[in-house]
Amino acid sequence: MLPVQKRVIEMHNEHHMQMTLSASPWLAVPFIIVLSLYVWAAFRSRRRKAWPASRTALWIAGVLCSLAAVMGPVAQKAHTDFVAHMTVHLLLGMLAPLFLALAAPMTLFLRTLPVQQARLLSRLLQSRPLLFITNPAAALVLNIGGLWLLYTTSLYTLMQENVLAHVFVHLHVFLAGYVFTASILCIDPAPFRRRFRFRAAVLLLALAGHSILSKFLYAHPPAGVSSIQAEAGSMLMYYGGDAVDLVLVIFLCSQWFHAARPRKAARPTTTLS
Amino acid sequence: MNDQSRNIRGSSNFSARNLWSGFLFGVGFVAFFDEAVFHQLLHWHHFYDQSTTSAGLVSDGFFHAFSWFATVGGLFLFADLRRRQELVRKKWLGGILLGAGVFQLYDGVIQHKVMRLHQIRYVENVWLYDLVWNISAVLMIIVGAVLATRAKKGDRDA
Repeated sequence: MLPVQKRVIEMHNEHHMQMTLSASPWLAVPFIIVLSLYVWAAFRSRRRKAWPASRTALWIAGVLCSLAAVMGPVAQKAHTDFVAHMTVHLLLGMLAPLFLALAAPMTLFLRTLPVQQARLLSRLLQSRPLLFITNPAAALVLNIGGLWLLYTTSLYTLMQENVLAHVFVHLHVFLAGYVFTASILCIDPAPFRRRFRFRAAVLLLALAGHSILSKFLYAHPPAGVSSIQAEAGSMLMYYGGDAVDLVLVIFLCSQWFHAARPRKAARPTTTLS
Repeated sequence: MNDQSRNIRGSSNFSARNLWSGFLFGVGFVAFFDEAVFHQLLHWHHFYDQSTTSAGLVSDGFFHAFSWFATVGGLFLFADLRRRQELVRKKWLGGILLGAGVFQLYDGVIQHKVMRLHQIRYVENVWLYDLVWNISAVLMIIVGAVLATRAKKGDRDA
């Protein structure tokens, strides 16, 4: 390798380091804000009826997963290492959203806020744009479609070079993951609670889309990713995605199991003899 | 209470649910067995085969997704049958064998051979493996069908 080339690569790496330093604090800020808001609300809400500690623990776990994805050693390594990148993707787009959705933040805020503000929040949740993206089918397209765009176009390279693209992609991965998970689990109150079969079908499509993309990446690495890294990264994506989605499937089916339980009181005709 | 609700709803409903619960669990179980034994333990199957068609990739993705749903959903249906005391074990077992056989036959003929997803094992006489694979699938289907059709409502577990 020519000394000039070497120097160019070194400069390139320095550039990466600087960019990471400048981007990660900004990505960590929203997570720290929502963590404080939730803990404050849970604490305040205690006056009326205690908010379950398990939900607070889930929220903290979700924020910690997100923080591990945007700052610290894994996030640093993700700029040059596809396996680390995939770890970030799984933490930020799948595991953190699962924990956060299970923590039922909207339920907590709606019951903690003063009536006026709670109404405002619930009106916001029913606004057209939010109604649209919280439909599981739309959330599916934003989530899995976004991943296909990221890995099959030059967006992946752009994300590594441009700070704004980097921040945008990470926020999108997180928000799309959260909205999707929340729309499938339906733990928080929603204007429309979609039928079980519809949510199951959408989750099935998401699981399939995720595993097809992982196997596709095994053979077609994004630009600048070596085939060894692509193979390890895609297998992590495949099996890691499976693990999180399996939890979602279990929660969804247990909702059906609960809703379909035989009820005596609801059947007045049982006096038939 | 249970006798009454049974009379009203009619058992045919739950007879089908017995078969479905078993069928789904059978599909899921074979898919899990395939992944655990042939992919992870024996390393006979490959994660990706260069000769895979794109239809094969899509089919594999959907079956992979469906198999998780089938395993979990089949077991929840099983739990539902038990809490209603509507479980007909013979029918359920027949369903398992049917589901397992149908999936294994699809995997062995369509996915391995037509879509060339991956071979059972990367050896010269792979046809021998294919033969054993598909014959065992057909046997499971036959035994499953016999069990499921012979099961009667009277076989219901208490």
